[in-house]
Amino acid sequence: MKQKRMLDIVTYIFLTAGALLMVIPFFWMISTSFKLPADQFSKTLIPNPATLSNYTKLFSVDLNFPLLFLNSTVISGLITIGQLLTCSMAAFCFAVVKFKGRELLFGALLATMLIPFHVTLIPNFIIFRWLHLIGTSVPLWLPAFWGGAFGTFLIRQYFLTIPRDLVDAARVDGASLVQIFWKVYMPLATPALAALAIFTFQGAWNDLLHPLIYMPAAPNTTLTVGLAFFQQQMSHGGQFTVLMAGAFISILPLLVIFFFAQKLFIEGVALSGIKR
Amino acid sequence: MEFGIKPLGRERLWLWTLLLPTLFGLVFSAFGSLLATIALSFTNWDLLSSPTWAGLKNYIALFTDAKFLKSLSNTAIFSAMYVPGVVIISLLVAVLLNRKIRGIGIFRTAYYLPAVTSAVATALVWNMIYGKDTGILNYVLGLLHLQPICWLCTSHAMVSVVIVNIWGAIGEGMIIFLAGLTAIPREYYEAAMMDGASLTKQFFRITLPLITPSIFFQTLMATINAFQAYDYIYMLTRQGQGDSNIPVVVFSIYRNAWYFGNYGGASAQAIELTVIVAMLMLIYLWLEKRYVFYE
Repeated sequence: MKQKRMLDIVTYIFLTAGALLMVIPFFWMISTSFKLPADQFSKTLIPNPATLSNYTKLFSVDLNFPLLFLNSTVISGLITIGQLLTCSMAAFCFAVVKFKGRELLFGALLATMLIPFHVTLIPNFIIFRWLHLIGTSVPLWLPAFWGGAFGTFLIRQYFLTIPRDLVDAARVDGASLVQIFWKVYMPLATPALAALAIFTFQGAWNDLLHPLIYMPAAPNTTLTVGLAFFQQQMSHGGQFTVLMAGAFISILPLLVIFFFAQKLFIEGVALSGIKR
Repeated sequence: MEFGIKPLGRERLWLWTLLLPTLFGLVFSAFGSLLATIALSFTNWDLLSSPTWAGLKNYIALFTDAKFLKSLSNTAIFSAMYVPGVVIISLLVAVLLNRKIRGIGIFRTAYYLPAVTSAVATALVWNMIYGKDTGILNYVLGLLHLQPICWLCTSHAMVSVVIVNIWGAIGEGMIIFLAGLTAIPREYYEAAMMDGASLTKQFFRITLPLITPSIFFQTLMATINAFQAYDYIYMLTRQGQGDSNIPVVVFSIYRNAWYFGNYGGASAQAIELTVIVAMLMLIYLWLEKRYVFYE
């Protein structure tokens, strides 16, 4: 017993030290964002005096922060809708409908997970350039509307757990294929759909490379590219306090979603990890 | 017989309608892109004039271009530090969390926080932490009467950047390992305790063998992520002209295409990266057959 208590203490010390290392950058971000520009490099955690001026400056600088926020919201929202819709459509076919070549097609789809994303960068760019869509948000969200291996796999696994009797009963009642999909499967798959929605939204919101290629010019770009651009300007004697205010605002939506839907995040990651 | 309902009459049309977006993505985006990138790798093309045939020129450059070889070795060094780092640390955190201690929810939230937030935003803080004259880390070193270190200069940037990447990835690994650990039946440990097996023995004889599927999965994912790592490296080490202190292969691809208009050369680099990742996956799958234990 004494050994167990010792072990508990060591566990707590390790976990607490680690947890502090994980969260200190966030505390520092928030703290700096409330400091006066003159105090931007002060080494105190509590801002003294504290100010809100960095947040109001986000509206005034030529960076146009509200536009960045709006762009990120619209693009991430469209990507999420596209993925939820097209992935669940395909997942339903693979999980429930019997058709020729089903296994082959599903296998091919899974194989695409092994194709690294940088292979798609150049051909996609050339096509969107040919369509005169560079500088618009279309190349960022349109590809979300042609499905995806990860999302389809995740939803299919969940669809497979839905009792088959439900399908048979619906069939006896004369329900069509599309009705079974929309009225039986979709409502029952809410947890999986929510998990996919969160992952997709998070990935889209945090994406840097694609917006950097398709919308590289501030101010009409996303939060990530805007912040990177902002940082470049800042490094010439700029104000880190304003930069931190921008950074904090940019992570706030995901933090809120995370705190309210933590279980979904955790279960979603665990779900994607258990492949067999 | 596999489960499935048969489409009746016109439902056949509906079936293919539902599948259409995915089929399009599969043919056009996934496999089409791969073929297009292969084709592009044999051309000289800046997208402004018409493409010309380059033969093997872009592939020869993969072995002679010093800048590219440097980026290849950077990616290798990065992966060699990042992959074991993520796997070992997140396994350690998960094992400690799995000891049924109090406050597990708070710890889990703390460790997962960096995985939720954007690398761009958190890298801005890491820039302040790593700052040479004004950074927090050097301030702490100063308190300890140690010489300040230029964390993001070429000499130290690799280690500094790997640390931040691991910091951002522990959360996800921890969750995957926790899921694997909770699946191990408690009775195994109880039986081992009856036999008087020490804790280290329990870890190496029960936990480690039974968690090999999670270790395998996590190693695979970390490797794929390591070869695609970009965001933190861009935010912490970028220089003018799309260059970086520690350019990795993705950097080289991006720079060749979008800064130098060398789309053919960038395509050849993308293909080489794909081949390397594919070969690593084959090695992993072979290792999986030999060493991974599935109940």
